[in-house]
Amino acid sequence: MAETWQEILFWVLAVVMGVSALRVVTTQNVVHAALYLVGTLMGAAALYVLLLAELLAWAQVLIYVGAVVVLMLFGLMLTRAPIGKRSYDNNQRLLAAIVAGGLFAVMSWILIDAFDGQKVHLADAEGTTAESIGDAIFSSYVLPFEAVSVLLLAALVGAVLISRKDEASLVDDPEEGA
Amino acid sequence: MPVSYFLVLSAFLFSVGVYGVLARRNAVLVLLSIELMLNAVNINLVAFSAAMGEAGVPGQVFALFIIAVAAAEVGVGLAVVILIYRNMRTVDVGEMSLMKW
Repeated sequence: MAETWQEILFWVLAVVMGVSALRVVTTQNVVHAALYLVGTLMGAAALYVLLLAELLAWAQVLIYVGAVVVLMLFGLMLTRAPIGKRSYDNNQRLLAAIVAGGLFAVMSWILIDAFDGQKVHLADAEGTTAESIGDAIFSSYVLPFEAVSVLLLAALVGAVLISRKDEASLVDDPEEGA
Repeated sequence: MPVSYFLVLSAFLFSVGVYGVLARRNAVLVLLSIELMLNAVNINLVAFSAAMGEAGVPGQVFALFIIAVAAAEVGVGLAVVILIYRNMRTVDVGEMSLMKW
């Protein structure tokens, strides 16, 4: 079979991603949770390489692993709430596990049922290049692209505005009193 | 290689994310679980894109858009969490009941 090593690589990546995803939601150390998330996200990047989506793999490494996880670590450091000996989980773990397990069962049953015969041909495929993705973005998807750029700008300004200390009101208050 | 392998892996990661959102108490850990769910969606899109060959480029374009939106979501979400921490001295989602009646 021509795709043997791809299958082996997929199973290795699937195990790594699954285990680190489970550790993200079960570990009792918040920094470890963020680091296990890196494991899952890097596994996803490797999966994109396996699926011949190079540009997306690098975007994943740069944005998720490089920016999002670092942001999360900063968030964890800035909010070291005095939780003490209390667990990071609430007391609905069993219910949550039942819901998540049921969701997984239903979703995998439907997905396997719906896409049974379809295959990904990786052995003889050429894969998509950054060129073809750039062509698609700047021809068919210009409007969503611009919308995303405006969204990013709005999120940037909004995040700065929300999280800065409210100095304007301190300056304004004496004027209002006077 | 059957495309359902990737779909089931992605469904598993999504369900783990759902469990994290429901069971975690720390708001930043809830955001981490949301990242897991967004990432599962991206794996789906890329798997379908690869299954469609040349016609699958839009799938990767949308995956890129989702990555950008996820980055924006994390920025705003963490800003909100830090503001709540500054005002209430807690990031426990069980104690944030200010808007509950």
